[in-house]
Amino acid sequence: MSLEQPEPPTGGDEVGVTADGLDYDELAALVGDNVIDREQHVNAEGFVIRPDAVQDTLSTLRNEAGFDHCSAVTAQEYDDRFESIYHLKKFDDPTQQLSVVVPTTKDDPVSESAEPVFRTADWHEREAYDLVGIDYEGHPDLRRILLPETWQGHPLSKDYNQNQPQVVPLREHANPLEEDHSAGEDSDTMFVNIGPHHPATHGVLHVKTVLDGEQIADIEPDIGYLHRCEEQMCQQSTYRHQIMPYPDRWDYTPGGILNEWAYARAAESMADITVPEYAQVLRTMSAELTRICAHLLALGTFGLDVYGDFTAIFMYAVRDREVIQNLLEDLTGQRLMFNYFRLGGVSWDLPEPREEYLEDVRDFIDELPERLEEYHDLITGNEIFQIRCIDTGVLPPEVAKNYGATGPVARGSGIDYDLRRDDPYGYYDELDWDVVTQDGCDNYARVLVRMREVEESAKIISQCVDLLEEWPEDDRDIQANVPRTLRPDEDKEVYEAVEGAKGELGIYMRSDGTDKPARFKIRSPCFSNLQTLPEMSEGEYIPDMVASLGSLDIVLGEVDR
Amino acid sequence: MSSDQPLTDASTEGQTTQEARMGDGVDDRFNSPLRKAFGTSPFILTKFDKFMNWVRGSSMFMLQFGIACCSIEMMHTYAVKHDLDRFHAGVPRASPRQADVIIVPGTIVSKFAPRMKRVYDQMAEPKFVIGMGSCTISGGPFQEGYNVVKGAEEVIPVDIHVPGCPPRPEALVYGVAKLQEQIANGESAPVTVKPYELEEFGDLERDELVDHLAQEIDEETLVMRYNWTDSP
Repeated sequence: MSLEQPEPPTGGDEVGVTADGLDYDELAALVGDNVIDREQHVNAEGFVIRPDAVQDTLSTLRNEAGFDHCSAVTAQEYDDRFESIYHLKKFDDPTQQLSVVVPTTKDDPVSESAEPVFRTADWHEREAYDLVGIDYEGHPDLRRILLPETWQGHPLSKDYNQNQPQVVPLREHANPLEEDHSAGEDSDTMFVNIGPHHPATHGVLHVKTVLDGEQIADIEPDIGYLHRCEEQMCQQSTYRHQIMPYPDRWDYTPGGILNEWAYARAAESMADITVPEYAQVLRTMSAELTRICAHLLALGTFGLDVYGDFTAIFMYAVRDREVIQNLLEDLTGQRLMFNYFRLGGVSWDLPEPREEYLEDVRDFIDELPERLEEYHDLITGNEIFQIRCIDTGVLPPEVAKNYGATGPVARGSGIDYDLRRDDPYGYYDELDWDVVTQDGCDNYARVLVRMREVEESAKIISQCVDLLEEWPEDDRDIQANVPRTLRPDEDKEVYEAVEGAKGELGIYMRSDGTDKPARFKIRSPCFSNLQTLPEMSEGEYIPDMVASLGSLDIVLGEVDR
Repeated sequence: MSSDQPLTDASTEGQTTQEARMGDGVDDRFNSPLRKAFGTSPFILTKFDKFMNWVRGSSMFMLQFGIACCSIEMMHTYAVKHDLDRFHAGVPRASPRQADVIIVPGTIVSKFAPRMKRVYDQMAEPKFVIGMGSCTISGGPFQEGYNVVKGAEEVIPVDIHVPGCPPRPEALVYGVAKLQEQIANGESAPVTVKPYELEEFGDLERDELVDHLAQEIDEETLVMRYNWTDSP
């Protein structure tokens, strides 16, 4: 475990904190009459509150009990009601969790918006409206977010007919040369579409910008061009084997194994499965290999965005990624979509001959410092790069927290939040490594965090290789004994998160007693991180916006799911 | 031949360096294997179409077009190690107006399909399409999704399908090579082209949905209609 232990929760001024966790009775007393019922979820307790008391409850919990992180908003439909769940956590200690459950009636699914309390709820509630159909009163801009505006019906609600024809208009994009008078008759602003087909948007993101000269007056990311119904796919697949391939396709940079871990962790916690130690080491090693791979892609494409050419940095990054992809292919059998985890372990042991494979991994780790030196020469040491990146795209920590930013984006703003250390899983707490933070809050800090995280991941991998080399041969259990068909108890609910390549990747699942989840919700780190783009770029120059977008390191597969 | 001349020769005296280098006769550098293959007469006779097809196949400008997971493998195909440039197809162009091959690397969803159609329409003729990955064949692992277009051929005609989820870079290189072979043989017409589901708004049946939308959508607007029940 890291040498820098997280500071012990400040028990004095936060209500409900005791030495061994949270005192939910005290928290319930704090919220008072707003709580109409209490539920028991696997990860935390859930307070059922009145739909007109959302803002009151959440702001009390944030200001007085210290729940400053709204991870996600899950919406779902039961036979008799709609429900929105606000998953709350603390940035200081994410093991302290609380779910706030807001039921609404079927005839009139209106619930108060949480947007004034947590800015991050803006997009999360729009998504809930889009897919499930809950109406959030007081939301500033309740429109569809993932599906086209003309879509009919809410696809994750119970009465949705998937076979009905849909009509999507191919509107002319607003004329980029047309003068835009949205700021008044006298303004001379200009409207520019960036994307959805654009080399700098890392996929199919559409950014609507209004320019005043070369500065950005208004900016709105428009997402949903890669909404592949991942939640629906998972809801119609069985826990045991069918869901696991889908996580690979959320963050495909490839963060595949990290994503698989998010699902594995949630499902294992729901079905109470213990993973053998040996499998945990294998998981940790392979997950950190994918993290290096994902961070190298972020670095390569960031070079592409800032320098604008397809040359050295990108090629160097791909060169090193090829090495990792070969290692992962030897281990898992695939270059990109690994499907390596199984519930209760992993699918295969190391390839034979073991020594040779571990030697290959070690060679890569040994060469890495030299490679990183090259990157530092090319990128961070470059004066032009520094001029482009230092003090551009500034994201102050308070704003980042309010938007629910996690991962390298939060750590680049000095927020010391890493679930591998703060909410330990796998083998991380047995190993010696550090959480990287930078205080710059700018594009440069975010790039530096990623580069230094590569070093930390290399440290973790080399310790795992040592462990694997010395692991006794008769104790190599790669899978726990898991029933062929998993049927968790009815109405079991769980929200568990892991530290993905881009940040907190969480899974909410509810079981209805069958072998398929009744609701499967993905809390994607990129979705929340991308929301901070307007904060970082309004008033800045448009090339700095492109750099900020690159430093956020979004993957549209994970933003849109 | 210049290389046959001894380095110091009486005849070279009084020459400039340039003249000495040029020697007499054709420079060796022009005597390429190709030139030798033509024999004594440096002419070939061919049909213009055949020549143009050969040229098209041998110099392809790809559109830099990333959609989903497959685009990561596509980037690896362009980059070191696999280096698509070796196969005369390695210059990704950011603008569709400069490209003649579009690789469709990923899942197409209803919101993106009209935009992809527009990008395709902006490319200059003749243009070719490579569908990369299972999603562009049938929707792949997401085929049952409420929002997923069941294959790129619902929107644009596809010349080559490269199966896989995602295909390895080698597979994409093979697909590109096959496309080049097709083009060089003059067989580039797509095998199956489904009728585009793209119609003038006025052509749609006036059902309840259309009536509702008619108030918002201009009569001239092109719309894309997805009829999931008739999709494969």
